[in-house]
Amino acid sequence: MSAITPVIPRLDFTGKVTQARVLLSEWTKLHSLRSTRWSLLAAVVLTIGLPAIFAAVTSSHWGGMSLHERADRHPLDIALAGVNLSQLAVGVLGVLVITGEYATGMIRASFTAVPKRLPVLWAKIAVFAVVSFVLMLPSVLVAFWVSQAILDKHHILQTSLSAHGVLRSVVGGAVYLMLFGVFCMALGAIVRNTAGGIAAFVALFFVIPPILNVFPTSWQNAINPWIPNSAFRSIFQLTHGTHSLSPAGGLAVSLGYVAFAVGVAAVLLVRRDT
Amino acid sequence: MIEAKALTKDYGEKRAVDGLTFTVKPGVVTGFLGPNGSGKSTTMRLILGLDAVTSGDVTVNGKHYRDHKAPLHEVGALLEARSVHTGRSAYYHLLSLAQTHGIGRKRVDELIDLVGLHEVARKRAGKFSLGMGQRLGIATALLGDPHTLILDEPVNGLDPEGIHWIRNLLKALAAEGRAVFVSSHLMSEMAQTAEHLIVIGRGKLIADTSVDEFVRRASGAVVRVRSPQATKLRELVLGDGVTVTSDAPGVLEIAGVTTDKIGDIAAAHGVVLHELTLLQASLEEAFMELTRDDVEFKAAAAA
Repeated sequence: MSAITPVIPRLDFTGKVTQARVLLSEWTKLHSLRSTRWSLLAAVVLTIGLPAIFAAVTSSHWGGMSLHERADRHPLDIALAGVNLSQLAVGVLGVLVITGEYATGMIRASFTAVPKRLPVLWAKIAVFAVVSFVLMLPSVLVAFWVSQAILDKHHILQTSLSAHGVLRSVVGGAVYLMLFGVFCMALGAIVRNTAGGIAAFVALFFVIPPILNVFPTSWQNAINPWIPNSAFRSIFQLTHGTHSLSPAGGLAVSLGYVAFAVGVAAVLLVRRDT
Repeated sequence: MIEAKALTKDYGEKRAVDGLTFTVKPGVVTGFLGPNGSGKSTTMRLILGLDAVTSGDVTVNGKHYRDHKAPLHEVGALLEARSVHTGRSAYYHLLSLAQTHGIGRKRVDELIDLVGLHEVARKRAGKFSLGMGQRLGIATALLGDPHTLILDEPVNGLDPEGIHWIRNLLKALAAEGRAVFVSSHLMSEMAQTAEHLIVIGRGKLIADTSVDEFVRRASGAVVRVRSPQATKLRELVLGDGVTVTSDAPGVLEIAGVTTDKIGDIAAAHGVVLHELTLLQASLEEAFMELTRDDVEFKAAAAA
């Protein structure tokens, strides 16, 4: 076989790296992975599906429930029940968006294309935040309407988005999921390992809170409102007691946690060898 | 153009790259040779700013890699360990990198065709063979039409046709005036591709020389000569430090003298030569000789 001299097509265009271009690149990376599509589909299905099931069960058992049980049922708790489960899908995806690159070595290609590195982190956060919010907002709204429709026989369980705080709570559910996802992404960027990143958010949000119960009540009352789990959840609570933050306060503290985690991730991202 | 000055990298207590100074010039293929674990990949990561230098300095086309506004137009890199998300298709892998520089889909398609991945471009890269992975890596490196190429062991895992293809590609890239920096742990591979050699062992520079010079200096090199006048030639070349062995009539294996010298002697005395070959195995031996003391992981000496 004779040697074929390769012809390298020339590129007559030279473009600089800009934040907008890196954003487009991160959008391409996000939507071109099967794991992203499955995680987001799971998040949507859980956000809508769980309240629907919860509402159906509540509705069919309503007649047999004690007054005490009935008092425990709140329409908004039912509508936002899915958030508790879909946050797992969102959190795992948040971690994966960054640790997937480390696990496969893609991060070297990413940082060779964008050697200043930080634009990659900002773009990942922005794309993930927008995509998760754009998907989760309709999901929580649909969850609200679907659960309300299923519960329409029970006037006591009817509410509307125009009722005080309800719209804020429902939208808060989507904000919560978005911020939680970004926080998990930052954890992923810090530990650079999928299992480690998932373990970190599970520990922070699901393991540590119940452990705090060993402390005296006065301590718990002082600490609990401020831990990440409670602060984040305050964003979508309809009412808040003396030992929990207001929605605005919860949002502010959560944003602080997110900013801190992202800041640590950014410093490490620039400093560490890849 | 790559310029390294006293480049040094420590990982904890271990010094992976130790005071390397070298220049990779445009227009030639420069081979970067060293045993496994000698610091080749680390040096390449330092050039690309993936790892931070401990001391010393390295620039690409006059700047630190990180300071280039459009790095993919300056340097195209193929790194040894695969740098591709296994769940993403070759097409989207290339597109996502191209988009960081505003490079369009047309260029991505062009390169997919160039490296011969058209049929599998929409399949997940994790399903690729080693050879297909290397081709994708080459396409990634060429995406920005860069002035300088850095390729870590590009022929690893390629079949003979692929190796042939890479060699021609590298030569063509250099012929277009680009600086081409290629690492390998195989001397024979470099002898066929590179013009210039940078040899390292345990992170230190051992040789910075042209391939011709390296071959000339390889004192233990053995030259095979076939000649109908083998007996006459044997008498002519024998001298200080020259040994001649013969396994078959008309075939000599001569050590201690270069192919150039033998050719000159034969011409001067009207000796007909049918073959004059520097045996590649001896080239490999010369390399091993040079780096013997610097091999990181030695096999236990076999009895």
